[in-house]
Amino acid sequence: MFDLNKIRNDFPILKEKIYGKNLVYLDNAATTHKPQVVIDAIVEAYTKFNSNIHRGNHFLSEICTQKYEQARQIVQKYINAVSSKEIIFTKGATESINLVANSFASFLNKDDEVIVSAMEHHANLVPWHILSNNKGIKLKIIPMNSNFELDLTQFENLFTAKTKLVSVVHISNTLGTINPIEKIIKTAHSKAVPVLIDAAQSIQHKKIDVQKLNCDFLAFSGHKIYAETGIGVLYGKQSMLEKMSPYQGGGDMIKDVSYNSTEYADLPFKFEAGTSNYVGAYSLGKAIEYVENIGIENIELYEKELFEYAFDKLSKIEGIDIYAASKENRISSLSFNVKGVHHLDIGTMLDKFGIAIRTGTHCTQPLVNSFGQTGTVRASFAFYNTFEEIDFFIESLKKVIEMFK
Amino acid sequence: MNTIEEIQNQIIEEFSMFDDWMNKYEYLIDLGKNLEPLKDGLKKDDFLIKGCQSRVWLVPKFENGRLFLSADSDAIITKGLASLIIRIFDDKTPEEIMNADVFFVEQIGLSQNLSPTRANGLASMIQSIKHYAEAFKTKN
Repeated sequence: MFDLNKIRNDFPILKEKIYGKNLVYLDNAATTHKPQVVIDAIVEAYTKFNSNIHRGNHFLSEICTQKYEQARQIVQKYINAVSSKEIIFTKGATESINLVANSFASFLNKDDEVIVSAMEHHANLVPWHILSNNKGIKLKIIPMNSNFELDLTQFENLFTAKTKLVSVVHISNTLGTINPIEKIIKTAHSKAVPVLIDAAQSIQHKKIDVQKLNCDFLAFSGHKIYAETGIGVLYGKQSMLEKMSPYQGGGDMIKDVSYNSTEYADLPFKFEAGTSNYVGAYSLGKAIEYVENIGIENIELYEKELFEYAFDKLSKIEGIDIYAASKENRISSLSFNVKGVHHLDIGTMLDKFGIAIRTGTHCTQPLVNSFGQTGTVRASFAFYNTFEEIDFFIESLKKVIEMFK
Repeated sequence: MNTIEEIQNQIIEEFSMFDDWMNKYEYLIDLGKNLEPLKDGLKKDDFLIKGCQSRVWLVPKFENGRLFLSADSDAIITKGLASLIIRIFDDKTPEEIMNADVFFVEQIGLSQNLSPTRANGLASMIQSIKHYAEAFKTKN
């Protein structure tokens, strides 16, 4: 059952006062807050079973390893991966994508092509730029139409014999556009090209089933789904991961080491060099259980209502430009500008009302520049936000606009 | 002619007349609106301060051993801050600027909000002015 009062009580930070005012947190695309069960889990881990995993043969190490592996299974079930071997713990979505870029690189030669979209976060652009500088690979961009949606006809035309990977964002962190990844994956597979999905902005809003999607890789961050910072996931099909070389070398990822050579450990450990963020993983498991108790479908329904409510109210403000896809293809992140008022000025003053939003290019500079802006104001929602908060945001925004007239 | 220290003290006193943040911001916004815009020809990349969320142009001119400043920004609050910075550093010698201690930010009661972050460009403006002063001094 979706009980908003109970949910809000689960997130202690929502009771904080900002300049003496109630916090209205609409920066959820940047990071989400943590429910008490997640905060308690972090304390519990350090209070009850902290010990390094996978190598100690003592009691606490055994417990800690169990908790870490249980978290892996929770993630596996949540995204419906075939095996927990397909779940690699990383620092976050950024590291997950970098892992693929680095380890997949051995299959790439000069002039090979990777397809990304016009709405990628810098985390799904810069790793490929590095490969482009170091190996001479080429990037191809799926263009966006005037409706802030990807142009799939153009997408089909981008494939050549040199196309080796498609790497696209599921939900745009800037526009909230939900991209048709099912079609993108089908198209790419029909040309025998694997697909990486950046799910950093979708894992917390929509049900993700990697088997149904049939994606080859999927990346997300724990902190965007109510877990601790510094933990993330790379899902990879076992067959893909087995072909790939490790991303980093070190402890925990080996079977046998001599002075001159290393035999790598099996999946998933091959990709987890060094001491893993086991407390972060434990917190991610707890966060996912929390989300599952409420039901991701319930969360999505409510967040969609919040988005459309805010969209309708916002669109009635004079001089507003909203950058959003058609109604059925948008959720969670709402970007706009007000004619004649700089986005930074709006953000600075909304902050004084206790409202946290983000301004600027949101790590999608090429995207924002492509529709002729130097930045936008972005409000992004989570299921603990209320319609009253959106009313207050709209009223405050109107006051702010008045100040700059 | 007031010193850099004296002007900062004047600014602190002006801001102390407003007890409410909102009024302080309204004052800053007014300062921004009243700052004479740069001519378009001067809004060029040479004068653009990088790394700010708003675009800030800061134009130095040296005459008779003194630095004269004009500035503009596409964000009004940043422009208000630029107008304070110009008031403090305009028509000063490179030595005065290089040795200046900038303390008004903490004392106008907005430091929590106006802490020299990247976003509002305040720190970059001060840094650029000090660089201009240093470059001028080395050249002459």
